[in-house]
Amino acid sequence: MDLSYSPEDIAFRDEVRAFLAEKLPKDTAEKIRNGEELGKEGQERWHALLNEKGWLAPNWPKEFGGAEWNAVQRHIFEEECAFANAPRIVPFGLSMLAPVLQKFGSKAQCDHYLPRILDGTDWWCQGYSEPGAGSDLASLKTRAVREGDHYIVNGQKTWTTLGQYADWIFCLVRTDPDAKQQEGISFLLIDMATPGVEVRPIILLDGTHEVNEVWFTDVKVPVENLVGEENKGWTYAKYLLTHERTNIAGVGASAAGLDAVKRMARAEMSGGKPLMQNPQFAARIAQVEIDLMAMSTTNLRIISKAAVGQAPGVEASMLKVKGTIIRQEINDLARRAAGPYAMPFASEMVEGDNDPIGPDYAGPVAAQYFNYRKLSIFGGSNEIQRGIIAKVKMGG
Amino acid sequence: MNFDLTEERQMLQDTLRRFLKDRYTTENRNKIIESEAGFSADIWTGLAELGVIGALFGEDHGGFGGAGFDIAVVFEELGRAGVVEPFLDTAILGGGLIAALGTDDQQAMVEQVIGGGLHLAFAHGEPTSRYDLSRVQTTAKAEDDGIVLNGRKAVVANAEAAGHLIVSARESGAADDEAGISLFLVPAEAKGLTLRGYPMLSGGRAAEVTLDDVRLPTSARLGAAGDAFGAIATQVAAANVALAAETLGAMETATELTRDYLMTRKQFGRPIGTFQALAHRFSDLLIELEQARSAVINAAGHLDTADRDRQIASARNLIGRAGRLVAEESIQMHGGIAMTQEYELAHIAKRIVMNDHRFGDTDYHLERFIALSAA
Repeated sequence: MDLSYSPEDIAFRDEVRAFLAEKLPKDTAEKIRNGEELGKEGQERWHALLNEKGWLAPNWPKEFGGAEWNAVQRHIFEEECAFANAPRIVPFGLSMLAPVLQKFGSKAQCDHYLPRILDGTDWWCQGYSEPGAGSDLASLKTRAVREGDHYIVNGQKTWTTLGQYADWIFCLVRTDPDAKQQEGISFLLIDMATPGVEVRPIILLDGTHEVNEVWFTDVKVPVENLVGEENKGWTYAKYLLTHERTNIAGVGASAAGLDAVKRMARAEMSGGKPLMQNPQFAARIAQVEIDLMAMSTTNLRIISKAAVGQAPGVEASMLKVKGTIIRQEINDLARRAAGPYAMPFASEMVEGDNDPIGPDYAGPVAAQYFNYRKLSIFGGSNEIQRGIIAKVKMGG
Repeated sequence: MNFDLTEERQMLQDTLRRFLKDRYTTENRNKIIESEAGFSADIWTGLAELGVIGALFGEDHGGFGGAGFDIAVVFEELGRAGVVEPFLDTAILGGGLIAALGTDDQQAMVEQVIGGGLHLAFAHGEPTSRYDLSRVQTTAKAEDDGIVLNGRKAVVANAEAAGHLIVSARESGAADDEAGISLFLVPAEAKGLTLRGYPMLSGGRAAEVTLDDVRLPTSARLGAAGDAFGAIATQVAAANVALAAETLGAMETATELTRDYLMTRKQFGRPIGTFQALAHRFSDLLIELEQARSAVINAAGHLDTADRDRQIASARNLIGRAGRLVAEESIQMHGGIAMTQEYELAHIAKRIVMNDHRFGDTDYHLERFIALSAA
């Protein structure tokens, strides 16, 4: 047992810190700290800075231009980024599609798409969920029918995150409607500029435009855009989901969020004293901090196993459930800490240079609280995760 | 970073687990609990011979361990098997205090403890001190080249079996001062010492101790006069690691029993674990169990660091909450069978919940965590 980082890990952490101090644009960090939207350009600027350093693709093998970090290094990077208020890397091309192409795609697909993901030429989005296929993803209905050297795609995807920025979408489509559910699905790459693709915004309850519906009407997709074999898409989809679950605990984000709550609670006054000294509030902060201390160690235990090549299985489900409960609790504390000034609906204030209403930290917290209810719903809802845990652990 | 046990600790864990699996069956344990002594001398000797007590002391005191992770490994196994023998009282607290403060002559007792030949008890808590470590109203007064103790000690575990009681008493200062507290080695046969013994709900025995003009030579003092608080806090910290690990072990057994029951018990024609209402709740227990395991690792790993007290408060608060959840949910998901004394879960659940009453409960440790975080 050794709870401390190795000298190599510490050297790496120092390198990450130095990089963030030097290269992370101040206005970007400020936006992230205030919970403002970064927009496409802001995100691309950060990606370009990371790419210049060779750090944009931490999990890619070196042969494809990745950093090939181990799990501990990735964890250190995520944690330092969270504390520095650096944006999260947009995962769709870099950590979802790319591993699938690297494992199942053709050489031509890797040669064409991977460099364009790195240099920011293509912005990717994910076409998985459908109105009738949420947690039960395999019941998806979007059809792709082979006609000559094209597929004709018809159907609808939903919850497509940042689809409004995307040049391409990777989609699960049904190519054999007569096969058993999981066996008739294929993995298709679709150019968003193809005629018949339509993106419709979904405005979330906090007023943000984060997700979209993507409609396909007789969309012609060249057969060379099929990844791997026809009707084997479910295998690739599952592989992708294991990558989606790295950093699932969100320890860094929670730690940074908790620090922010404490700052607020020291500034807010209640009964003539800082809110931080209110016994009820102090107890709630302490409880979530204690939970986070333990989860951080749970996370490191799993990471250190992953670093020596043992794949996290059911542990990832446990981290998803506990990690999202903790993050949502922290968001709830932030909302409460703001008091009455949580009430102004500040979406316009967030985007403009207007003076804030009330303390500057109060503006986004209530909207964020509602936005982060998504954490326990997406990526396999917490109920789905509990089902997985029970199934694996009870051998039922 | 490395979360694997060393080879030696792995061996210790394996040996201990095997011994207890063979010897510490539910039936045996129930007999032990109901016995007059409240623990088994055979088990005690057997475990001492295996080196279990030696693992709790450092090499300079004749042991071969003594670090946070040694304590955690031993007590997790004791907890898994629901062991009621007084390792905490005789070894961690009694032996640990003598090892920390004792003169060369006094240190001989540590050797006896490691060999399994001597029992000790730590007579510290008082009827009104609750969990406050510095609240000591028992008095020690110098008189005729000796010392006279007067006062009462509450719920002193293992007092009846102990050859010596290690009694805390105030030589100076106010009732809550950390300074002014001394420790004394009081022989079981000392005049003026009275024990009112009783069994405890989760096994083992304790006593209410009265000290009525107990006269001791000054050589009975352990460490410097009025200066024992630091050593008490250190050994209580070690005891908290032990209690956390023991509770973790008991939580493991509770969840294993519950899993087996959910898979075998059939109602409405199918195993009850296939009902989602139970499956999801069982998943939550497993998540909390991993949280508890991490909390023990954090506490054990920080036992010798400046962050010790905050980490321990954190761990015991978490384990208090998670333990209660596991105990209550395990009973609930079992149903009626878990309400019977002869079913193993009954004792395990009692150990989990009642451990929260030693050296600070969930609320006490939350308050302490807040105070230490603000400092």
